[in-house]
Amino acid sequence: MTGPQQVETREIRARYPDVFNRPALARLATPAMIVAAFAILIYGLVDLDFSPSRFLAGLSQLGWISLMMIPPDPGSSLPVYLKALGETLSIALLGTTLAALFALPVSLLAARNVVPSKILRFPVRRLLDSIRGVDTLIWALVWINVVGLGPFAGVLAIAVSDFGAFGKLFSEAIEGADQKQVEGIRASGGSALHEIRFGLLPQVLPVIAGQVLYFVESNTRSATIIGIVGAGGIGLQLAEQIRVLEWQKVSFLILMILVAVAAIDFISGKLRFAIIGRRAIA
Amino acid sequence: MTVAVSILPEQQLAVLNAAYRQAVARRRWRLLLGAGIFAAALILAAIGAEVNLRTLFTYFGNFISYFDRIFTLDSGQRVWTDLGEWLWGWRKWLKMLGETLLISYVGTLIGATFAFALNFFAAENTSPAPWLRFAVRRLLEFARTVPGIVFALIFVIAFGLGPMAGVLAIAIHSTGALGKLFSEIVENADMKPVEGIRSTGASWLSCMRFAIVPQVTASYASYALLRFEINVREASVMGFVGAGGIGQELVVAIRKFYYSDVSAILVTIIVTVFIIDITTGWLRGRLFGKEART
Repeated sequence: MTGPQQVETREIRARYPDVFNRPALARLATPAMIVAAFAILIYGLVDLDFSPSRFLAGLSQLGWISLMMIPPDPGSSLPVYLKALGETLSIALLGTTLAALFALPVSLLAARNVVPSKILRFPVRRLLDSIRGVDTLIWALVWINVVGLGPFAGVLAIAVSDFGAFGKLFSEAIEGADQKQVEGIRASGGSALHEIRFGLLPQVLPVIAGQVLYFVESNTRSATIIGIVGAGGIGLQLAEQIRVLEWQKVSFLILMILVAVAAIDFISGKLRFAIIGRRAIA
Repeated sequence: MTVAVSILPEQQLAVLNAAYRQAVARRRWRLLLGAGIFAAALILAAIGAEVNLRTLFTYFGNFISYFDRIFTLDSGQRVWTDLGEWLWGWRKWLKMLGETLLISYVGTLIGATFAFALNFFAAENTSPAPWLRFAVRRLLEFARTVPGIVFALIFVIAFGLGPMAGVLAIAIHSTGALGKLFSEIVENADMKPVEGIRSTGASWLSCMRFAIVPQVTASYASYALLRFEINVREASVMGFVGAGGIGQELVVAIRKFYYSDVSAILVTIIVTVFIIDITTGWLRGRLFGKEART
């Protein structure tokens, strides 16, 4: 066995100039970015009133709160909470379905291979973008002004904000579809509607169904919080119990949410695999 | 030119047709059954959510006219005819908007740091011990599943009103979400460099530092930027529960029916979200090539 080989570094330097002689700009780019990121972080911490003493005081407060949360206990309001949970699940299911129903025709208008005209497509896309830029909670506040407090406002809020998201996702799915089948329908004399019905939809419906199921999942999460602004569901109970500092009830409600979300995840995961197979989970 | 289409003998055709019909009929039944169950679930949900179509139809006009009202000034003119009047509070709003952006920036950075520290323990191929992996995974799951605004509600009581609660809420939620994504990236990383470094007698820490981290940093940064985008939206509503940012102004404007203010704040939020989306999209494209853009 020979020892470690003596390597002629000069030769290696000459052979790989790209590695050894990088310009100063490229070498400094990464540290400069890190320094900048930290500078903004420090500025942010100062500007947002972070102070170690406040942080520590808050942490000890948080410790007390967590201690008081144990054991989780619904008291005598378990039936009320179960009803609220049912309401939350209903809001998620109805909101997502409504959004999907309305988004499907609109997404056709936003897809490049269905509507080739850019002038027609542009306003539809911008409209969808604007709807998506507004958070579900804001939509909930708006709908409360229109239909009053209660879960119905929540359904409509989820429907509107998902409408934006679905419009974009569906139109992307449609643009990704294989054009050959559409051309086949056109070649055999089908009208534009036939092309969509027999050429496009069979390809994109499974993808769309997967996305809708995924959104039912994520909307169960959103539906748990829209109650905080008064739009029904378990969030209403949660916000109320936090405000009156009933920590045992709070922890019970959080546990209920966790279990419900996990159950919905499990069911919709199974359904998604059944519909589209294991490959397309996203 | 005519081409003769060969037709199968009658007997064979009958068998094939029957098989086809059976297959189609079975599929139709299954579809019908699924649709039936779905419809039943919808009806149940409609009862549970107190859906009242009459209310919707009676008040749907209000929804449309709401947008009419928020785009009308007190003087009765359209908002864009008098920008100075419409955006009268722009100094305050821009300041709050800046605070919102800072909240999401600081929250994302803290969350990404924690996610970075935790994700090696959560990934299947790098975790030093199974019990540790289990514990870290449950922790991340908890942080991810509890909505950010619920954390904010609790933190507002523990840390007091103000942006600090918002930052911490966003940081915890981002830790959960990013920790999962990061650990998935690590699980897809090539393990050969790790073997190479371990064979030199290096510790676990050096294995991570020199074998895994160089492979994954680009994807990490890409996901963190994406998270920042999401957090800007999230931070815009943190003010609803008193956790800082522009949400405070918005909720006051909506609740007190300051119509033109609502539209002004909404438009500023939407424009900001657009700008952030476009900038981070461009940045991700620049930094990590085209494939990271999705």
